[in-house]
Amino acid sequence: MHEMSLTQDLVSLIAENCAGRRVTRVVLEVGKLSAVVPDAFRFCFDLCTEGTLVEGAALEILELPGRARCRDCEAEIALDSPFGRCACGSGALQFLCGEELRLKEVEVMSCA
Amino acid sequence: MCVTCGCSVSEPEHTHSHAHGQDQAHSHDHSHSHDHSHGHSHPLVRGTSARVETLRFERSLLAKNQRLADANRAWLAARQSVAFNMMGSPGAGKTAVLEGLARHAPDLSLLVVEGDQATERDAERIRQAGCRAIQINTGTGCHLEAHAVAHGLEALAPEPGSRIVFENVGNLVCPALFDLGESARIVVLSVTEGDDKPLKYPHMFRSCQALILNKIDLLPYVNFDVSRALAYAKEQNPELVPFQVSATRGDGLAELCSWLRSVPPLGARESEPAARGAHP
Repeated sequence: MHEMSLTQDLVSLIAENCAGRRVTRVVLEVGKLSAVVPDAFRFCFDLCTEGTLVEGAALEILELPGRARCRDCEAEIALDSPFGRCACGSGALQFLCGEELRLKEVEVMSCA
Repeated sequence: MCVTCGCSVSEPEHTHSHAHGQDQAHSHDHSHSHDHSHGHSHPLVRGTSARVETLRFERSLLAKNQRLADANRAWLAARQSVAFNMMGSPGAGKTAVLEGLARHAPDLSLLVVEGDQATERDAERIRQAGCRAIQINTGTGCHLEAHAVAHGLEALAPEPGSRIVFENVGNLVCPALFDLGESARIVVLSVTEGDDKPLKYPHMFRSCQALILNKIDLLPYVNFDVSRALAYAKEQNPELVPFQVSATRGDGLAELCSWLRSVPPLGARESEPAARGAHP
């Protein structure tokens, strides 16, 4: 379950940058062609944030659409999973976007 | 706290038994700026003096591993050495292929970083076949990461011009996501598995440069269609170079060996992956 180690990295990245402030919201961008499962992320997030300044923060996952170009007919198609096929029948697809795995933003609360 | 790279104790667990030789100090490039732009308002939270602030990151979750992998690649380049990331299901015969290479091509003098959740068994097998090997136990981890491999490389202390194989934890899913600093990736698929594996594990087959189809000596006894498996693999990744191998009988090892020799060390100044798809 690689989502666990990615979530550990996520929490330490936030902790390094948000010291002293309470984290209330974490926004991730996850492409539909990336090799991670959003639900697995949510599960790991609760486990990994326990006892950290990220504990209790809301996790928002923005799923980004996938696009690919068919290597056979050169059509550009929308793709919702990494195992799709082009309308021409070919499975030889070059992914154009949808493999993102990014921490977009973090909402923190600090005392004035 | 790890003294080599300053990582915290909350790092994903791994164990490694070696001394840190001073002259092999492994430098991780940790110079990175966390520049967030702060284009937002700071509203006061009603009834308190707390302010809500939005910090923009736009950082890949793989950035940390990627940084360490790039440091590994630079470290290897400085030693004119080349590393391969070998992946595949448990039981595909990854270790057997390495043993076969050690026996059939001893002049290749492979060095091996072994990744398994537990035990030194695979490293022992490699040593008995005549190669130097370091074992990394990932504990609960399902894949190798660049940080653990950095320590493995230090312990291995490769001579200039070495060929090193990182034998990943047996798994066709997770290892595909983590760059270790290799120049090329190899997936091992055996004919005792399904010939549709390339379709079922597209990330793995897309991310590799070579495919070892192992255990071909068993083809008469199993229902495995070689041409179909290769067609599926090529569909996922037209650039994949296939090798049909029997690690135990020796078929295909000479061709594999030539390919391993043909991958050039990275120039000291370039530390980009040789032929990998770039991560976003």
